[in-house]
Amino acid sequence: MTARRLSTAPDGPAVPFTFDGKPFEGRPGDTIASALLAAGVRVVGRSFKYHRPRGVWGAGAEEPNALVDVSLDGRTTPNLRATTEPLVEGMALRAVNARPSAAADRGRVLDRFAKFIPAGFYYKTFIWPDWHRFEPRIRAMAGLGRLDPATHPPADCPIVHARCDVLVVGAGPAGLSAARAAAASGGSVILVDDQERLGGALLHRHAEIDGRPGRIWAASCVEALRAAGHRVLASATAFGVYDHNLVGVWQRRFGRPDALWQIRAGRIVVAAGAIERPLVFPDNDRPGVMSAEAALFYLRRHDLLVGERIVVATNNDKAYAVARALATAGARVAIADMRASAAPQTAEGLSVLPGARVTAVEGEDGVEAVRVGGRRVEADCLLVSGGFTPTVHLHAQAKGKLRYEESLAAFVPAERLPGLVVAGAANGRFSLSGVLADGHAAGGGRGVAARSVTADDSYAIEPAWPGRAGKARQWIDFQNDVTVKDVELAARENFRSVEHLKRYTTLGMATDQGKTSNMNGLAAMAAITGRTIPGTGTTTYRPPFVPVPLPVLAGRRRGEFFSPVRRLVLEAEHRATGAVFREYGGWLRPGWYGAGRAEDEIAREARTARETVGILDGSPLGKIEVIGPDAGALVDYNSYQTISTLKPGRIRYGFMLTEGGVIYDDGVVSKVSDEHYVVSCSSGHVPGVVARLEEWRQDRFDPTRVFVHNSTPQWATLTTSGPRARDLVAMLGLGLSLSDEALPHMAFADTAFDGAPARVARVSFTGDRSYEVSVPSSKAAALNRAMTEAARAVGGGLLGSEALLLLRAEKGYIIAGKDTDGTTMPHDLGITGPRDRRQGEYVGKRSLFTENALRPDRQQAVGLAVDGDVPLPTGAHAVETVAGRRRSIGFVTSSYASPTLGRPIGLALVVNGLSRMGEEIELVHLGKTMRAMVAPACAFDPGGERLNG
Amino acid sequence: MQLFSCPFCGPRDETEFHFAAEAGKTRPEPAGEVSPEAWSGYLYAKSNPGGPSREIWQHVTCGEFFLMERDTLTHEVAGSKALRGQRP
Repeated sequence: MTARRLSTAPDGPAVPFTFDGKPFEGRPGDTIASALLAAGVRVVGRSFKYHRPRGVWGAGAEEPNALVDVSLDGRTTPNLRATTEPLVEGMALRAVNARPSAAADRGRVLDRFAKFIPAGFYYKTFIWPDWHRFEPRIRAMAGLGRLDPATHPPADCPIVHARCDVLVVGAGPAGLSAARAAAASGGSVILVDDQERLGGALLHRHAEIDGRPGRIWAASCVEALRAAGHRVLASATAFGVYDHNLVGVWQRRFGRPDALWQIRAGRIVVAAGAIERPLVFPDNDRPGVMSAEAALFYLRRHDLLVGERIVVATNNDKAYAVARALATAGARVAIADMRASAAPQTAEGLSVLPGARVTAVEGEDGVEAVRVGGRRVEADCLLVSGGFTPTVHLHAQAKGKLRYEESLAAFVPAERLPGLVVAGAANGRFSLSGVLADGHAAGGGRGVAARSVTADDSYAIEPAWPGRAGKARQWIDFQNDVTVKDVELAARENFRSVEHLKRYTTLGMATDQGKTSNMNGLAAMAAITGRTIPGTGTTTYRPPFVPVPLPVLAGRRRGEFFSPVRRLVLEAEHRATGAVFREYGGWLRPGWYGAGRAEDEIAREARTARETVGILDGSPLGKIEVIGPDAGALVDYNSYQTISTLKPGRIRYGFMLTEGGVIYDDGVVSKVSDEHYVVSCSSGHVPGVVARLEEWRQDRFDPTRVFVHNSTPQWATLTTSGPRARDLVAMLGLGLSLSDEALPHMAFADTAFDGAPARVARVSFTGDRSYEVSVPSSKAAALNRAMTEAARAVGGGLLGSEALLLLRAEKGYIIAGKDTDGTTMPHDLGITGPRDRRQGEYVGKRSLFTENALRPDRQQAVGLAVDGDVPLPTGAHAVETVAGRRRSIGFVTSSYASPTLGRPIGLALVVNGLSRMGEEIELVHLGKTMRAMVAPACAFDPGGERLNG
Repeated sequence: MQLFSCPFCGPRDETEFHFAAEAGKTRPEPAGEVSPEAWSGYLYAKSNPGGPSREIWQHVTCGEFFLMERDTLTHEVAGSKALRGQRP
């Protein structure tokens, strides 16, 4: 193929780029494909399996051959279609499946062994002794483009949600006609098209619409839509239809990150056009064999004549306009028309061979001659048109049925779906007047329909499906190297269903998903198995229509936005004091403070809190308000323990169970008044507890008599714990009596701080005297300053979450979900009072009396004591050997080196643990065996004197 | 992404909703009189129909629970209505 530009004057400076390391120049407005064609590059890539040389086939999204890895601005994107990718200055292009280059690919030798590696070869050959021994080498040989491991695309693609009355997919004559009609009916319209320039076939096929050239008419339609406030998205591919008319659209925004549009449309008009398919004949995959329509596209859009001596092989009338245009542009053109009825043409430079089929193509790396109808015709380019396959993908994705239309040799929509209508060539309309009328009707039929007087409008296709394989290979699927022989082999081995055919031969797989090959493939299977084409059927259409880069689908939901952490209002203050942050239950909290070894800093903080006082940021702790006349009944129903019997101003610890009786969370509930409670659950469970309170409120109570409000984010809580905690709080000037009579353990008092309301609660998660001071978030910094100053005065320090976890473990206080699992019930912790005595219903009650709940061998929460100073590994299994077989009887849930006690401590769930006190048990972890003694969970201050110390 | 209709807020994306339960299920009580079969039926038995189904959903953004009738095969939503006033 000796393609050349027709005009010598480009409308702008040259666009330099490289292909397989060699420098080239393109023109402004070029696609990669047009630039490579113009530069005389015939072999643009190698085929997937046999490494056959391949040239540009088409001009659109269906391209099976011209895939390139594109490096630009330090970013490599593999497998981009050269036909739809605009050329950008400085692009470094690399051919796929080729090393070192497409022209001199070392893998080309594989084609000589093609006879020995038919479809299914790998499945059959590498079974013995083990596929995995062969897999790495085979994988290295296979696969299209190469990922650049150094490329890490940024998470910068926005996701745009939009809605409209009518979404029109495709801005060709049908789509524009539909969009005009939809706009005329008064609804909102979004028009999307996958090309940079809108107009579809009107941009390369001559037409006259409403007295104007087609492309002028198209431009005025787009302008009118935009002027009326409708959205028009160019370079935007509608790749999938999802439930309830949601359409995914991938928008290229050159120079800016791509965008993903999620468009909810009242009605979708699919005007996606049709795709030209190849004819199947020997060596029909040679570089220089090209779609006839594409040749016209390159002529009219890129001023590019694809050859000087051109053979056009066709089975329909559409290729005649192509041939005439090429002849007019200066090429010598011979039309090989398969149809015996073909009429001779008389135009200059044009000859017609009626009833002529291509039987061979000469030229290894590019067409040199074509054998047609018994003659040898010298040619540098062979254009083919095997007819057009309507792009029904979106209709079929939406579960729309297809029907085979004999007269068009094509599948067309068989029904009109509610909310989705197909129009134009996608609907099997191949005359411009028919396309315009169909689009107009699909758009709602309002306004004046556009009219065309183009005469050159006939199609008159005669089917030309592949038959039996001959000696030479005839390609059906260019991208995946599937020949007629492979389809025969699949049929012989009984992979006759099209779905099996696809998986067995890889027909229709990979980046093009068989847009050019599926029809020929299923027709070949039909012919081989003696079935009809509709009887053979199509494979299932699934999104996406074209490969969509994963960063586009992910949008910005990556990195820290994937699952955003919640942040403390005092984060800056904590950072200033050297906090090392970790995530706890979705919150970013100080794990410890200081730059020393974590263990040392944590032990230091724990010791300070035990000896003097520590300050902990407890703001994420739940503060869920339950308010109203039925508030007491709701919190009682929600809890294992009865809450409403409290006096106002008092606090009770308790569990919340699932309906299965399992401990969901623990926490404290404060009673403000008979009609106001505050549920303080653990930080990570706040959303879950709010949800269950809300669900029961609406399901079981009168929702006008009780309300649930999550006020957690409105309050900051600083907890101070240790022997000097009261002295510290006394220095804050809260105007509050801190005597144990006025404010005993498990009581709270409301007061003021810095002119704002404040609440001081005596609740302890450390076993030491503790005060939780809560103020509105706006006062957090002031409270923090006052508290750290006071702490300095009494020799106290800061307390991170790790030290808190350690202190609570010394006391045997559980963390629900860590020291309990999905089977643990309150009686497994030895808390049986409510189960045995409580009247009335509460969540999970019935489950506490099932056969399973009353089993004698339940895992119970206990402490573990070990000799030496090495803590047990968390997760180590307690084991027991019965009749020579070792089995697990539980596991370590928490384990720490206790600086307070100077020895390791552990918590565990062990079968019958509560009746094993003092018993020595065996533990195993990663092959190591250890011993420990079952002990009470509480290892420190078992009498609880320090709560008031 | 399905489109569900909250009786209070109108049509919204599926991601704004949580499934709560199959409609028509009542919690067997009092606990002391509930047979193990009745209780395990309440906890675990789901009719999981393929076709028309009546379900309780929550529109999480407004918090309201409501009844939705939809087809689990075609994903057609027949309608939704508030539960207020439906309570015994």
